[in-house]
Amino acid sequence: MITIEGLTKKFRLNHKQVTAVDDLNLTIQDGEIFGVIGYSGAGKSTLIRLINRLEEPTSGKITIGDQEITALNKNKLRIARQNIGMIFQHFNLLWSRTVSENIAFPLEIAGVPIEEREQRVNELIELVGLSGRENAYPSQLSGGQKQRVGIARALANNPKVLLCDEATSALDPETTNSILDLLVDINERLGLTIILITHEMHVIRKICNRVAVMENGNIVEQGDVIDVFLKPKQPVTKKFVEQVMGNQDGDLDQLIEDYPSGELVRLHFVGETTNQALISKISREYKIEVNILQGKITQTKLGAYGTLVVQIIGEQNEVNNTIQFIKEKTSVEVEVLANA
Amino acid sequence: MLKELFPNVVIEDLLVATGETFYMTLLAMVGTVIFGVLLGLLLYLTSNGGLWENKGLNILVATIVNIFRAIPFIILILLLIPFTTFLMGTFRGSNAALPALIIGAAPFYARLVEIGLREVDKGVIEAAQSMGAKAKTIIFKVLLPESMPALVSGATVTAIALIGSTAVAGVIGAGGLGDFAYYHGFVRRDFDVVFVCTVLIIIIVFIFQFLGDLITKKLDKR
Repeated sequence: MITIEGLTKKFRLNHKQVTAVDDLNLTIQDGEIFGVIGYSGAGKSTLIRLINRLEEPTSGKITIGDQEITALNKNKLRIARQNIGMIFQHFNLLWSRTVSENIAFPLEIAGVPIEEREQRVNELIELVGLSGRENAYPSQLSGGQKQRVGIARALANNPKVLLCDEATSALDPETTNSILDLLVDINERLGLTIILITHEMHVIRKICNRVAVMENGNIVEQGDVIDVFLKPKQPVTKKFVEQVMGNQDGDLDQLIEDYPSGELVRLHFVGETTNQALISKISREYKIEVNILQGKITQTKLGAYGTLVVQIIGEQNEVNNTIQFIKEKTSVEVEVLANA
Repeated sequence: MLKELFPNVVIEDLLVATGETFYMTLLAMVGTVIFGVLLGLLLYLTSNGGLWENKGLNILVATIVNIFRAIPFIILILLLIPFTTFLMGTFRGSNAALPALIIGAAPFYARLVEIGLREVDKGVIEAAQSMGAKAKTIIFKVLLPESMPALVSGATVTAIALIGSTAVAGVIGAGGLGDFAYYHGFVRRDFDVVFVCTVLIIIIVFIFQFLGDLITKKLDKR
């Protein structure tokens, strides 16, 4: 478990004091993928760099497992860092070293004997899918391959925690997905805790269990990804959810005007796979017609999430029964927008 | 034909002089690289935000470097005569030129080393720190290898400047092509000797530049 208590970081910038992280508290469970999202300047980058003390905190306490990171002296911190992997937006590989040599670097630092090092490097190359590229230099690799080297390097000393600092922000969407898949795979296979920061809600949606939204150096909202998606409370969170889902309520008034007959209903799908055939089911069992007007369903790590706006046409009784059925027999939430 | 064009050139003497120029340049380069890299590292590491940030030491080293860079070589070599005599037992000959050559070139190279080190990606240093690397590891496994092409091309520039300085060192009778051109050519009004020495120096400079470029290119995997 990682606990952060009262963490504060103040910078002096051009004679002005800037508080990048402001009295922040956070708990991250072992083995989870925890996302921190925020716009640039929100302090998320500083936060992740404070966790392994690449930035020294102004005040506050960070504990990883039973080790209080903020209490370690320089030497002990160095040893502790060997158990905290980190990957970067711009990969930060040594261009003068080959793929193998880059991955071997943290092992050299940890003083692993050479035969063991070679064996471990081969395992890691296999793990991140870079077989055949061992002797290539970083300049000969694509962005995605470079990040794979970064991941292999970060995992070399079997860390318990992996910090990802905007790890996919420099990659194209397709490569981003493959790197995210790799991170999930690693998380499941090795059981390590992953903390990632990003400004892309897409990344959070795809791999995170829990998410914290940062603004002005503080966490303004946090929870299970599905809950945050479903009921974003803060304006900033709503904006991030819109990134993935589109604007939910944009042209609702227009819809109500355009479809005056029947009943206009919004269905919330909340992280379940059992109700995905709902539309065909209700149209079969009740004497109604269902007209899908707008909506979006997306898959998160915990199942489907999204909303559909539908028009239900039929006799009032049947329509009421249908809504009753959805409300009582399924986990889909119903919201009546307008009835004729 | 050659005898007619260059009547006063004695091949054997010329070869000896060329050998002396190589000898002084190469030996002075060894010293220059050692002291230059040390001073350059010190300048870089003690600077603002550096691994060993230390304002006082940084100013001290920078001042020493700037002073020795400011003194024209011909004056430096004269100023250093007592020091050279103490160190080498004499102030004449190729070996006696070495201290002045190194003291003249090392501060220049130190600045080039500092510039080269500044070019190293900060992110890579940070990555090494995040892995728990010691300062020593960062210096020898990150800073120096990652700046190697800049260090080599800087050394090439320095070596070529050193060839010029070896010629100036002729005034203390250091030997070499400069000395030869002056005493055997200019003083005796044998300008064919001066001309041949000039051509030889140009060839040596070209060789150094060519080799330097070749090594830089080989090292650079960016």
